[in-house]
Amino acid sequence: MAFSFFGGVHPKENKFYTCDKQTEVFPEPDVIVIPMSQNIGAPCMPLVKKGDPVTVGQKIGDNQGLCAPIHSSVSGTVKAVEMRPHNTGTNVMSVVIQNDHLDTLCETVKPRTQEEVDALSPMELVDIIHEGGLVGMGGATFPTHVKLSGGIGKVDTVIINAGECEPYITADDRLCREHPDEVISGLKVIMKIFGLKEGHIGIEDNKPEAIKILKSNLINGDGISVDALPAKYPQGAEKQLIYAITGREVPSGGLPAAVGCAVFNAATAKAIHDVVYKGMPLISRIVTVSGDIVMEPKNLLVPIGTSFDDLLGAVGHSENPYKVLSGGPMMGVAQYDLSVTTTKGVNAVTILGHKNRYAVEDVRCLRCGKCIDACPMHLMPVLMYKALQDGDVDGLKASNMMDCIECGCCAYTCPASVPLVHGFRVGKQLIRSAAQPAKK
Amino acid sequence: MAKMKYFYELTISSSPHMHSPVTTQTIMRDVLIALLPAWIASIYFFGPRAFTVAVVSMAACVFFEWLWCRLMKQHCKVYDLSACVTGLLLAFVCPVTIPYWTIILGDLFAIILVKMLFGGLGCNIVNPALAGRAFMFSWPVLMSTWVKVGFQNAAGVLSTADIVTSATPLANMHQGAMPDVSIGQMFLGNVGGCLGETSALLLLVGFAYLLYRKVLTARIPVAYIGTVAVLAFLFPLGNDRIAWMAAQLFGGGLMLGALFMATDYVTSPVTKLGQIIYGVGCGVITILIRYFGGYNEGVSYAILIMNCCVVLLDRIGRPVKFGAPKKEAEKK
Repeated sequence: MAFSFFGGVHPKENKFYTCDKQTEVFPEPDVIVIPMSQNIGAPCMPLVKKGDPVTVGQKIGDNQGLCAPIHSSVSGTVKAVEMRPHNTGTNVMSVVIQNDHLDTLCETVKPRTQEEVDALSPMELVDIIHEGGLVGMGGATFPTHVKLSGGIGKVDTVIINAGECEPYITADDRLCREHPDEVISGLKVIMKIFGLKEGHIGIEDNKPEAIKILKSNLINGDGISVDALPAKYPQGAEKQLIYAITGREVPSGGLPAAVGCAVFNAATAKAIHDVVYKGMPLISRIVTVSGDIVMEPKNLLVPIGTSFDDLLGAVGHSENPYKVLSGGPMMGVAQYDLSVTTTKGVNAVTILGHKNRYAVEDVRCLRCGKCIDACPMHLMPVLMYKALQDGDVDGLKASNMMDCIECGCCAYTCPASVPLVHGFRVGKQLIRSAAQPAKK
Repeated sequence: MAKMKYFYELTISSSPHMHSPVTTQTIMRDVLIALLPAWIASIYFFGPRAFTVAVVSMAACVFFEWLWCRLMKQHCKVYDLSACVTGLLLAFVCPVTIPYWTIILGDLFAIILVKMLFGGLGCNIVNPALAGRAFMFSWPVLMSTWVKVGFQNAAGVLSTADIVTSATPLANMHQGAMPDVSIGQMFLGNVGGCLGETSALLLLVGFAYLLYRKVLTARIPVAYIGTVAVLAFLFPLGNDRIAWMAAQLFGGGLMLGALFMATDYVTSPVTKLGQIIYGVGCGVITILIRYFGGYNEGVSYAILIMNCCVVLLDRIGRPVKFGAPKKEAEKK
């Protein structure tokens, strides 16, 4: 505690739009499109074909390796298995389901009592979480079972990330206020798997209500602490959060387990509770649909596979959108096609108006150094961008570009609006493609 | 493709999709606002010609930048106000009696040769205003005719024939003597000197505004002024260390140089450590020139020299990345 990570910025939070709005259950759409690529790593292979009946919670995609299975979020009939646009900007194989609105539950969905859960071994719990299709729900979508099984024996500190530092997003805030028990219960399952007595919940101090509710739900002696951290973007970034809570620096290029830490998003913790106690795989999540031109911003409990189109229709907007983002404005992905659907990692859909436009033509770096003061990874964005303009791969590597977490602090703060993060994505690609022939 | 209910022209771009309200233009505007108190004081001390010289200089800078972009068919960005800042700063480092043609030539040199030929804003190696001043020393007499404060009247706008000259505090100190004006006078600016450099107080007020607006940090000025103060205190010429130090700090162009010239974004280091070394270097060279040089004011050349070292300083000052291996961290 009491460590403050270096750098960071304070963008307008804009959380007031939705932070006091009770989560509403979004009416199930008639058609659901579930992309078969919802985690970092290998995409799933579809297990169903056109015409197959499906039920709620039925496994419809799976694969070997670094992959979490995918389940149907509604019951009905498979209309098609085809390529569809995905919210990351590519086309991926997707299962299109016609909803019959009967909500027939799959027979594999069976609740467990506390005694049954207590009797489970850590590896059995990991298997249940694997089967539940859990991935990191903060956006990185790393398969949870891999993080769990890889961390057993190495991890001595587990942290629930309820930081939620992105502007506009209030999904985790609402989750902590409305389901504190489930979040804490999920954390206890993780602690049991790792064999730990202590757990942390890291949360920004701009959510006093959530902090109060979480604290009031703690039981003395359960070893869980709620750590209120100063509100600063990117407080919810994994490495920064670990540093803020433990003072440990995740080594460059390494995973949190290297310093004995494991971080799970608050929504992931709740999903762990759901799959362990209710037997319900990850088929829905809270999504904040907000933005400066939105008429009725909302927190919605949305089935995975709901189109952005439907979500836009549910909130309304006062002018034609300038950008529609999957995620928040600092790291979200701008969409070109609103038929894309929500996936496990989408915690928000942000709709921005034209006043968010800023000039990016003919930009001139002033060498003001504000990007260096803002970089939470202690990098030098100004020189990284210079290296990119020089186009020399060795120079790019020497500028530590691969350590960039693409949080956007530098580009946010740049007075000349130099497209820094965009440049670094290009640069990383250059480094990766230069490395490939050497491997072969 | 799938059917969509709504059709919009959506913009796609790389994140972030939000931007801080600070832009190049607002920064330059803040710098101009910060220079305003000292400018108003110069009009009070030196008469209306202080106003006209600065306006002519700013107009010339804007014109030359516009002309260059026009001739080179480049996108003209004079609205970023950086040319105005250069023009005002160049006027600040000239005596009020400077003929208009001289300062216009200085502007030409600063904008075309120093700034635009190197690629425009952000690409120049040395500070344009100071380089312009160095160029204008081709007319040394014009550049070192100091008027007595309070003498100039409205007629001075057009003619500088009947001025009464006076020595600057630094000229006295260069001979090893204490200046004939009080420290208080120097601090307020009631002394001979360049147009904008005389009032330390109002320059500090302007700088405080820039600190408040977070346009600048205090690293470079503190390192620079601190170094000069320490060296002057350790090696005084005369009996009164404190008075000598104060005269070194407030008697010449140090305040203007340290607060507004050395801190120029483009020509100063971007790293923290680099900025501190840069400030210390400026301070040492300033004192060396003032003590041993043939010319009594060392600030502008000190900054120009240190400008040329910026690339090296940034290499030295490179921060240790987050999560760097311990060995590498210790090596730094």
